[in-house]
Amino acid sequence: MLRFIYGEDLSEFPKLRDTMFRDRARQFSERLGWEVTVDAAGEERDQYDAMNPLYVIWQKACGSHGGSMRFLPTTAPCMVNDHFTHLTDGVTISHPLIWECTRFCLAPDAEPRVAAALMLGGAELGQGFHLTDAVGVFDARMVRIYGRLGWAPTVLGTSGEGRDAISVGLWEMSEATRQRMARKAGLSPTLSRHWFDRAFGTATSLPQAVSA
Amino acid sequence: MAAALEQFIEGLQQASTLDDLQSKVFELRDLYEVEHVVYHSVNASGGQYAALTYGDAWVDRYITEGYERIDPVVMGCFQRFHPVDWRRLDWSGKVTRDFMDEAKDAGVGNQGYTVPIRGPSGQFAMFTVSHGVTDEKWTRFTEVHTRDLILSAHYLNQKALEIESGGTTKAPGRALSPRERDALTMLALGYSRAQAAESLEISEHTLRVYIEGARYKLGAMNTTHAVALALAQGRLVF
Repeated sequence: MLRFIYGEDLSEFPKLRDTMFRDRARQFSERLGWEVTVDAAGEERDQYDAMNPLYVIWQKACGSHGGSMRFLPTTAPCMVNDHFTHLTDGVTISHPLIWECTRFCLAPDAEPRVAAALMLGGAELGQGFHLTDAVGVFDARMVRIYGRLGWAPTVLGTSGEGRDAISVGLWEMSEATRQRMARKAGLSPTLSRHWFDRAFGTATSLPQAVSA
Repeated sequence: MAAALEQFIEGLQQASTLDDLQSKVFELRDLYEVEHVVYHSVNASGGQYAALTYGDAWVDRYITEGYERIDPVVMGCFQRFHPVDWRRLDWSGKVTRDFMDEAKDAGVGNQGYTVPIRGPSGQFAMFTVSHGVTDEKWTRFTEVHTRDLILSAHYLNQKALEIESGGTTKAPGRALSPRERDALTMLALGYSRAQAAESLEISEHTLRVYIEGARYKLGAMNTTHAVALALAQGRLVF
């Protein structure tokens, strides 16, 4: 299932949290060889994890991490503007309706639909919070995955060659995309909306509205 | 009603003191025809500033009673960044219901929408509109206005930060890059978006994001206004 969890609430999900940061170490440090910080427990974290980001996480039936990504508003310090403006023609992407998405990560044994499910989670945020776009940092390997899912980013810029390439891209939000990602993930868009509502609250009548 | 947003942003240009912002908040209330508008900012060193349309009695009561400790809006928004329809918050529990009844008596309204804002350098603010209407009407209102409310909240916040920092210095994040200047210049010269994107060798999607970003950084209400502001600040080169 999809979980939407702020950093400050991760402590309520210790297994999910620990397996997520461990899977991130495997992906970004071991497999991709990025210069990221891995602690003694084998968990990868950076300064943005300390900024109470919003994580979109695929939770496996056993309760552990199947895949995840991390959102931050672009009006506050975020990775794209702090570290990647050399890929955006020097443009800082800062807008109330654009959130940053980074650390797209899949568990080593993730079933194929997890990538689509995470993208669906991103689309839920887009529709639920009226975003126009997401801006993200991703490695070369992901380009094909995003393309196959039918939600390819508009690439703003790329550094490095071949497998080592890192890009910054924009994903445009729309309801049509949300529907398409649900189909790709083999999930009902009603179910993913339910997961969204469970995280952010269901719109119910306020008590006083009833009595009024 | 994008016109309301444009009118608000245009009016914001003239604001140069925090008192001015107080009157802008009242203007915004009238533009959206809601009961109340509340803006509350806390900077990294704990300094606070508020501009709001609530009556003094309710503000005094709220502060005296320390209601921020039980207010579901504060609990649901503090240090977060997704906008919240009050109907999605947890209003169960006696203390919360009593608080809500009191707020209702004070004329806050039974509906609300709050935009938490995470600004630069650890600044945090909350922007709220509240109103007394049926669920059905409020649903319709939010469907139409949410994006504009989010933008209003951030433009107001940006202006408040600018005034607080002395008004003259723009935060570094708000400087236009040469690429954004190029994009604005092309539009100022009458190029269509497609033509501008083509000659800048970027996609129209990228151009849109650059232009919207530049508008936001300049505090402009639309692209024409952004071009005018950039010209006035000597940021465009023909």
